[in-house]
Amino acid sequence: MADFQSLDVVRRSASTEIPPQVRTLPEVAKLIDVSRCIGCKACQAACMEWNDLRQDIGTFEGSYDNPADLSPATWTLMRFTEWEDPQGNLEWLIRKDGCMHCGDPGCLKACPSPGAIVQYANGIVDFISENCIGCGYCIKGCPFNIPRLSQADQKVYKCTLCSDRVAVGQEPACAKSCPTGAIVFGTKSDMTAWAGERIEDLKSRGFEQAGLYDPPGVGGTHVMYVLHHADTPSIYAGLPDHPHISRLVQAWKGVMKPIAMAGLAFTAVVGFVHWIAAGPNEVQPEDEAKGRDVLDNKR
Amino acid sequence: MTNTWQDIKNADVILVMGGNAAEAHPCGFKWVTEAKQHNHAKLVVVDPRFTRTASVADFYAPIRPGTDIAFLNGVMRYLLEKDAIQRDYVLAFTNASLIVKEGYGFQDGLFSGFSPETKDYDRSSWDYEIGEDGFAKSDPTLTDPRCVINLLKQHVSRYTPETVSRICGTPQEKLLTVCELIASTAAADKALTSMYALGWTQHSVGSQNIRAMAVVQLLLGNIGVAGGGMNALRGHSNIQGLTDMGLLSNLMPGYLNLPKDSEPTLSDYMKTRGFKPLRPGQTSYWQNYRKFLVSFQKSIYGEAATADNDWAYDYLPKLDVPGYDILRAFDMMFAGKINGYICQGFNPLQSFPNKKKIRAALGKLKFLVVMDPLETETAHFWQDHGDKNPSDPSQIATEVFLLPTTCFAEEDGSLTNSSRWLQWHWKAADAPGQARSDIAIMSGLFRRMRDMYRKDGGAFPDPILNLTWNYTDPIAPGPDELAREINGRALVDVKDAGGAVLLRAGQLLDGFAQLRDDGTTASGCWIYSGCWTERGNTMARRDATDPREQGLAPNWAFAWPANRRILYNRASADASGKPWNPAKALIQWNGSSWTGIDVPDYAPTNKPEAGVGPFIMLAEGMARLFARDQMREGPFPEHYEPFESPIANPLHPKVSANPVARVFAGDAAEFGTADKFPYVATTYRLTEHFHFWTKHAKINAILQPEEFIEIGEALATEKGIGQGDWVRLSSNRGSVVAKAYVTKRLKPMTVDGKPVHTIGMPIHWGFTGHAHKGFGANVLTPFVGDANSETPEFKAFLVNVEKTAVPVS
Repeated sequence: MADFQSLDVVRRSASTEIPPQVRTLPEVAKLIDVSRCIGCKACQAACMEWNDLRQDIGTFEGSYDNPADLSPATWTLMRFTEWEDPQGNLEWLIRKDGCMHCGDPGCLKACPSPGAIVQYANGIVDFISENCIGCGYCIKGCPFNIPRLSQADQKVYKCTLCSDRVAVGQEPACAKSCPTGAIVFGTKSDMTAWAGERIEDLKSRGFEQAGLYDPPGVGGTHVMYVLHHADTPSIYAGLPDHPHISRLVQAWKGVMKPIAMAGLAFTAVVGFVHWIAAGPNEVQPEDEAKGRDVLDNKR
Repeated sequence: MTNTWQDIKNADVILVMGGNAAEAHPCGFKWVTEAKQHNHAKLVVVDPRFTRTASVADFYAPIRPGTDIAFLNGVMRYLLEKDAIQRDYVLAFTNASLIVKEGYGFQDGLFSGFSPETKDYDRSSWDYEIGEDGFAKSDPTLTDPRCVINLLKQHVSRYTPETVSRICGTPQEKLLTVCELIASTAAADKALTSMYALGWTQHSVGSQNIRAMAVVQLLLGNIGVAGGGMNALRGHSNIQGLTDMGLLSNLMPGYLNLPKDSEPTLSDYMKTRGFKPLRPGQTSYWQNYRKFLVSFQKSIYGEAATADNDWAYDYLPKLDVPGYDILRAFDMMFAGKINGYICQGFNPLQSFPNKKKIRAALGKLKFLVVMDPLETETAHFWQDHGDKNPSDPSQIATEVFLLPTTCFAEEDGSLTNSSRWLQWHWKAADAPGQARSDIAIMSGLFRRMRDMYRKDGGAFPDPILNLTWNYTDPIAPGPDELAREINGRALVDVKDAGGAVLLRAGQLLDGFAQLRDDGTTASGCWIYSGCWTERGNTMARRDATDPREQGLAPNWAFAWPANRRILYNRASADASGKPWNPAKALIQWNGSSWTGIDVPDYAPTNKPEAGVGPFIMLAEGMARLFARDQMREGPFPEHYEPFESPIANPLHPKVSANPVARVFAGDAAEFGTADKFPYVATTYRLTEHFHFWTKHAKINAILQPEEFIEIGEALATEKGIGQGDWVRLSSNRGSVVAKAYVTKRLKPMTVDGKPVHTIGMPIHWGFTGHAHKGFGANVLTPFVGDANSETPEFKAFLVNVEKTAVPVS
């Protein structure tokens, strides 16, 4: 977004350009403590207010999830799961879903349009809409199924971690509005330390498997969860147990990229060698005669 | 609240029962998360549904709607049997040791004194044995079988875990776990806070639900201490202010009672309001009643209220019935006995029971004036919205006036929150269109009416003509000026016995202690005195300084009474004046006076050895485990089934429901029975909406767009209902068609040996606003009220449910 400058950008999609020097920003993180969340949706309302987003009024779909899914106008939403532990005790797991702002963002990796997706030095992954070509590759690249393509302008939208607010020293709107302190925002190291205290408290209350969700498969994330059951993230409405960038995107943008470059170079080299060795193809007198015959017969 | 929102962080155990704080009070709920985080508190939730509060609880126990008293009486039995009570507190500060007079008794579901003809009690036997000295007799050894505590033990002895489980459906082991957690706070340095709301009040035994918990809290020594208390979470931003200012048909500001027909003169009225102490040396603060009343009369009638005319006592209306509460008003409207209605800030077509009756009643009016910032359903009751509001406007002659008002952000003023804080707020925006403040509209109505009475006279125009109206702007008096009038002032120079001037004429009062009964002071609401003094508007204070970080913040806004943050705080220290819990002391005796971080709820120079009780508003100075005659259905809480119940009361089937609850004959005929309506239903609020207002806001409509009901998986399977299927939910009063949310959060319970299913219905949808049109839960609810407060029984009634076709919209 506009409030960050080029000197804050550490990575741009489909581009090797890097700024002459990068400002040092502390790495930030939003910590969502699922065990303190009461599912009030104040964060959803604040997100809509701050970003001026208004999804169409939907219908009841058999759960408290409303709207039913993320969309170009819904960048975050609470997902409610009724889960029974092996002893049959019910838990109502409520998880705020949205962009995880990966350390190693699959969307950015997959994006073919230069500068449509950037990562700032503080870790925020941002979509720069004017560079977006609407190909949807970022959707394939995201291990968390977050970006949504707008049918209105063929551009992709997702949570910006309120990069505009963060750039001027404010916390994201969702964190600001959370009444129970379930969403907190700060440096990643502070948030990790705070998560440690929370996990200790949860363990003292019998949640042996409490833990922090900061998955290494995507280089860690700048949106982290405290989970009571960190051993099975997928019970929280399908939060990936071991997220990683799709192998296709990895292959395409990883191994395949140098191979493709090599292939391209090889073709050029072969062409050049052929030109040196064999010289250019030239039209011979026999070819001229054949051509004339063809034309005559046609007449 | 006896305590404050912030004080919840001091609790060791938080019991949310009769409420759903996380859902209905998400902002205040932050103090629960604080208590859990920093005080290692345990959160216990007892609720028919596994709610959003339950989702963050340490322990959840299910309960059948309408059986809370059985549960709490079971808790009392457990505490008394295990001696898990704070004995010194109970002995010193409650009426446990007082002796109840012969004649009081309880048998087969009825207390002594019941008259089947009047369906009411003669409550005279519900009292203490009075000695020759005129004081209640006491047995500090607690051996006399007529001691309150022994009668309580006897009363709750029937509530064994087996019986409670049989009534409530709560599995015994869960009940016992809750009992253990509650009992852990009997220790002198541990506190439990009770957070409740309409889950307790909206029953035919609502007031007794709350009393039952109050008795539990007293046995545990948790009243008056940090982190304790009985904490009513008020459902509107200013509903506390509404009750404080006496906006109920039987009250005047500051909890003074409106006189009755049987009290034609002031001396008749005061006869029962002497509040003579019942134990030696007690404060019995209501002895000042006359000062509050006279000062109120001077405030509204000024010069016209004199000693000679008994302070214009004749101007006050006299009640011929206990109260013209809303149930009664609508019943009268329905019968054609009320034909004009000014509906201010209220949407009864959505919020009162038996919608069909409410709609019919409104249609019998000659005129209806609705004052509201929104286009309410009530204002449009005559419109036809198909089965969601069937109506034939051609048959309705009611003339409807919709007067748009400002909302809170469009005016200055104060709101009183659950913590009893009067918080001043400032106007943030101009009102749209022709909206005017409620004050401007009411004063316009008043001025026109006064002009008419001046011109035409009338049977008794004096109360209207003599009302004081000395405002700078008589058309729209300023909220600041009204606040000063409520605070009160000296009317002449007020002098002490020696003739020294204590208050100059016109001076604003510092507090209600300065009020007099000789007509020299005026105050519009005695408990609010101190809200705007000579030092300025104390409600506008915003100093968050918090001594010992105990959540009192004494310089933030103004708390009634007298800026006291924790009521009964004298009880936070033992008989000798030492805090029970020194780590969270509120006040203590320092050898010469009571000092501490809160304003003592006590005379600051009362020596501990004088034995003055902490419950200064009561004549015995002690909290009442035995309520004397203050509750209509009995001095101890007793379990009565809801008026619509799947079972007869297992304790006394012949007296199944509350024998003195408010039921009108026509409504009794509309009760359903379990053979036709086999399932229990309850109604509630969702966090995404505030009553029927926020469906007018697009964001809230997006977050919870459409009416639905909640039904357990077992019942859904039995009835062939799938997730999101359309169903018809019906009671004997009507039916709604809505989508079903099939959930694990409602499970069948075994009650009196048979399975009972509970169905839930949120209340928020109607036919105006952005959200999809809905029926409203009050299509189904029964028209029956609590015996003391006349609050309707919205939380427990009977329904049937069937799968139905997709409605044609």
